[in-house]
Amino acid sequence: MPPVIEVRDLHKRYDDKIAVDDVSLTVQEGEIFGILGPNGAGKTTTVECVEGLRTPDRGEIKVLGLDPLRDRAELTRRLGVQLQAGHLPERLQVAEALELYSSFYPEPADWRGLLDGLGLADKAKTRYAKLSGGQKQRLSIALALVGSPRVAILDELTTGLDPQARRDTWDLIEGVRSRGVTIVLVTHFMEEAERLCDRLALIDAGRVVMVDTPAGLTERACAGQRIQFRPSRPMDDRLLTSLPDVSGVTRRGELVIVNGNDNALNAVTTVLARNQIVAHQLRVEQASLEDAFVRLTGKRPDPR
Amino acid sequence: MPMSASKTAERGSATWRLIKAESTLCVRDKVGPLWGIGFPLILLVILGSVSDLRTPVEGGGGLTYFDLYVPVLVLFNLAILATASLPTTLAGYRENGVLRRMRTTPVGPARVLAAQLVANFAIAVVAMVLFLGVAGFGFGVGLPEHLPGFALAWLLAAAALLAIGLLITALAPGRGPATAIGTVLFFPMMFFAGLWVPISQMPPLLRDIAHYTPLGAGMGAFQDAYQGHFPSVVPLLTLAAYAVVCASVAIRWFRWE
Repeated sequence: MPPVIEVRDLHKRYDDKIAVDDVSLTVQEGEIFGILGPNGAGKTTTVECVEGLRTPDRGEIKVLGLDPLRDRAELTRRLGVQLQAGHLPERLQVAEALELYSSFYPEPADWRGLLDGLGLADKAKTRYAKLSGGQKQRLSIALALVGSPRVAILDELTTGLDPQARRDTWDLIEGVRSRGVTIVLVTHFMEEAERLCDRLALIDAGRVVMVDTPAGLTERACAGQRIQFRPSRPMDDRLLTSLPDVSGVTRRGELVIVNGNDNALNAVTTVLARNQIVAHQLRVEQASLEDAFVRLTGKRPDPR
Repeated sequence: MPMSASKTAERGSATWRLIKAESTLCVRDKVGPLWGIGFPLILLVILGSVSDLRTPVEGGGGLTYFDLYVPVLVLFNLAILATASLPTTLAGYRENGVLRRMRTTPVGPARVLAAQLVANFAIAVVAMVLFLGVAGFGFGVGLPEHLPGFALAWLLAAAALLAIGLLITALAPGRGPATAIGTVLFFPMMFFAGLWVPISQMPPLLRDIAHYTPLGAGMGAFQDAYQGHFPSVVPLLTLAAYAVVCASVAIRWFRWE
């Protein structure tokens, strides 16, 4: 099956700043594909080129076999877009906006259903300017889906939503995917990427660092564990640092914190048992996607 | 790509819905209805009640001061729409990403612009009919004697003014500057329409300038029509030139984002 989105050797610079250096990626039909990366990594520029809002300097883009610039009219009918900063007239009411946008498409979705699904039914008569940030966000998701698109690109899907609304939105997106819609998700949120995405592209400084499943990415980035315990009697760090599976030992008060690969726990408990040391308050943490992110980009994910 | 009949119908319906939505928004925005219709209408009623204004204007071809105020207020309405309503709304749309959002839909942002023009045009038609009606029924001011001439002059004036509105939108970097430019343009334009001093009473230099300003030209053409002639060529050409030049420059420089 041909990929739904194919980006090859994309390059885009603004004045003297290179926004996208060299990005290639393919998105398969029916998957939720995440684009993850720190601020200014070139995520939004990449998807804006895919949407046909920007003209790339170099590279080739195909969406559903269409060229985003040459086949604009056809593409806009099949591609749903949520922009990071895309607004509506201040005095337009929620229901009016959805009804208006649904009239733009040849086979629109039931906009009242979207209104209910996104918890906006009681805001149908509210003007856009009077909506809260989260409500505006949900409306922009609804507008991205109102044309029954085959592909939807959602930039900063749940930014500005409270935790409950975020979970509801994730459920909604999973529902949309289960109807066969391919989704590209630009995100800062590790939890969102882990929960929703089948595959992730990690982008940093305008380049694709890695493409994998969330679990695969975590594993390849730092394959490892963090073990934390309070030893029953004083011990020498060298007992542990000498182990090949252990990469580092630090102390915080009485606590010993050991970093190592997936075998580290076995090795550590064996050594402790042999020395008759009991590990109190033992805790083992798997590395998270966030750890992978930090390891691969050297940056903290934006807390927004 | 061949376009099926049903698709054409749907496109028609999208355009129609856009026009409806933009008209609703114009009414909610209040600038057009309040300053473009309400304010000049109140002015018309007040001026109509001042008996001193019922004396003929010197050099006014038999028209009284109040007779001249009717077309002046028709122009006042067009000027408000062109300098306050249209550019502020469209520059706001650009600033807030409304037009950008429209670029990702099959309809595109050009039709939002067109719908705004249609909505403002509709408000202008309502205002013109209302002012002529109130002046006629309320204060006995006759309709322009050369009606087709008046209609043509009004259409050209509306085209010129809306084109000026588009030009302001195209040149202003944002909503604030658009409002500022509009306000600055409004007063001199209205001056040359004769809002404060009838054009025929102006010093010769100002009178000559007035003939080549959009509202002065509009006023000249209206006055011809009121006196029963088809408007002379110069004011009509002046209006047409403003419409064509401003619209071309606006289209050349217009930015969607």
